[in-house]
Amino acid sequence: MSDIILETKGLTKHYGGVHALEDANFTLRDGEHVAIMGDNGAGKSTFVRQITGVEQRTSGTIIFGGKEVNFKGPIQAREAGIETVFQTLALADHLDVPDNIFLGREITKWNWLGPFRRLDYKAMRDETLAALEKTAVKIPNINNVIQNMSGGQRQCVAIARTASFHSRLTIMDEPTAALGVQETEQVENIIRNLKKAGEPLILVSHNMRQVFDLVDRIVVFRRGRICANLDIKKDKITGEDVVGYITGAKTGDEYMETAL
Amino acid sequence: MANTSRGTGGLAFDPKKRSLPSELNIFIALILIVLIFEALGQILPYMNNQSFLFDTRDRFDSIFNEARLRIIILQVSIIGIIALGVTQVIISGGIDLSSGPLVGATAMIAMSFAQTELVNGNPNPKAVFGEWAFDLPVLIPVVVGLAFGAFIGSVNGMLIAFTRIPPFIATLGMFLICRGIAQAWTRGKPVSFPTDSFAFIGKGMMPVAWFIGLAFILHFIMRYTVYGKHTYAIGSNEDAARMSGINVERHKVMVYMIASMLAAFAAIILSSKNLTAQSGMGIFYELYAIAMAVIGGVSLTGGRGSIIGTVLGAMVFGVIQSGFTYIKLDAFFQLMAMGTIIISAVVLDKVRQERATKRS
Repeated sequence: MSDIILETKGLTKHYGGVHALEDANFTLRDGEHVAIMGDNGAGKSTFVRQITGVEQRTSGTIIFGGKEVNFKGPIQAREAGIETVFQTLALADHLDVPDNIFLGREITKWNWLGPFRRLDYKAMRDETLAALEKTAVKIPNINNVIQNMSGGQRQCVAIARTASFHSRLTIMDEPTAALGVQETEQVENIIRNLKKAGEPLILVSHNMRQVFDLVDRIVVFRRGRICANLDIKKDKITGEDVVGYITGAKTGDEYMETAL
Repeated sequence: MANTSRGTGGLAFDPKKRSLPSELNIFIALILIVLIFEALGQILPYMNNQSFLFDTRDRFDSIFNEARLRIIILQVSIIGIIALGVTQVIISGGIDLSSGPLVGATAMIAMSFAQTELVNGNPNPKAVFGEWAFDLPVLIPVVVGLAFGAFIGSVNGMLIAFTRIPPFIATLGMFLICRGIAQAWTRGKPVSFPTDSFAFIGKGMMPVAWFIGLAFILHFIMRYTVYGKHTYAIGSNEDAARMSGINVERHKVMVYMIASMLAAFAAIILSSKNLTAQSGMGIFYELYAIAMAVIGGVSLTGGRGSIIGTVLGAMVFGVIQSGFTYIKLDAFFQLMAMGTIIISAVVLDKVRQERATKRS
């Protein structure tokens, strides 16, 4: 199957004696939107951190785009095409919107000057406006520094930053956790646009309604292990079922042996 | 954009409500301080209607008291060059306390390579090295001085970036090490009698020219280059900078290296201007440089501030110092008043910051 964009085999992460992630086997097809659910401490964020290279896994393999990968850090993952919106916003408070969107990959002139090469503010500004237009993110003034923005606007900048670059895989770790109703809707619209564009997504979320609205498949984590893989478009699955898997009342058939 | 009152997605915003550049506040403060001293000159009974700013006794061709202005800007220039480097360190979220002693150490070392063989026909009484070190081209003491600065700065930077000890501790240690180097270099004896070409570096108003030139370069770097942007980003949110692919460690080493090279250059200018180097040179310079940056609106928590602000802060600093002398304030009280002003500047800045966050 060549349309598998991401596959993990036996992905494991131990923090000292704590087994945060145990033997996670996961696949994602191109264009597919998958939600990762689970209780706090179930290993969702740990799973994301191993894929994006923020942390180094204890064991297991990650295959991205048909090739086995070993990301030493989030930069390498990004260069390979994995864009991540982290739970803690990775934005610089004192910089404005274009600066943040282009942080670490600025458009520059006079490149012979090395680290002192000149920033092309105009090009970055134009591309920012285009990107915000594309993702339908609404921000009053892009020259405003992030510090003076609401939580929702900040999150939108973080997501626009992710979505404005042609990535092969987007990962969002609880993108709407701290947002109001309208802002959540904006973020969900961005996700729908990604779906239309055929870009694959991994969404970590606690919001049942959101997950059922947006994704094709739900993978449930419990106590560091994957305990269910639910195709919500094909099978008849309700929110109650998912809660059952999250709390441990139910376990997916294929995971019976490993799950506790 | 055609309609500037509309942002992305058609959301309205009022461009008039955009906050004015914070440098404007410092500029206004500078003018106010000048006016206060001018007024004090008129009010205080023992001042005999002297003017702080204007040439009331027709000593100069212009209407201003040129002598005072010249002294103010000359006094400010050398510490100002250090302040330019310290500004980018503070913006990156750090602090550099080693710059003052570094001035002493660099002055001693650079001057040793800039001595003349004969002083009024006699052998140089302050010679540090043998014959080979006399009458070297001016480039050699300058390069040696800058290289020493770069070395100290990169040690500072590597300590801070790789061992993750607080910048305060790392540079405090370097503060003592540098003062020790300065004293050990000649066992405390001064180094004097430079070549004419070395003496030219700090002659007359040359320090001012260097200060203005370097301020322009640093302003361009901080405002318009990738280096500057990454410095702000690291000071603003180090984790975000790291996740964005910025090599934070390498960048910090560069920041401290540039700061120390500027301090070393200030030492070269200072020793050239004084025609001598002493191990005690640069006492309090690190604190004055930090004070200039802080008065100029550079936030000690990082991420905020500008070179323009620091230049204005340096001017405020110089004007206050000159003004205290002008109103014949005792030197002891001058230190106290200066301390009070620095604390007030930080408190004011904090209040303004908090108000700004509350408004949004």
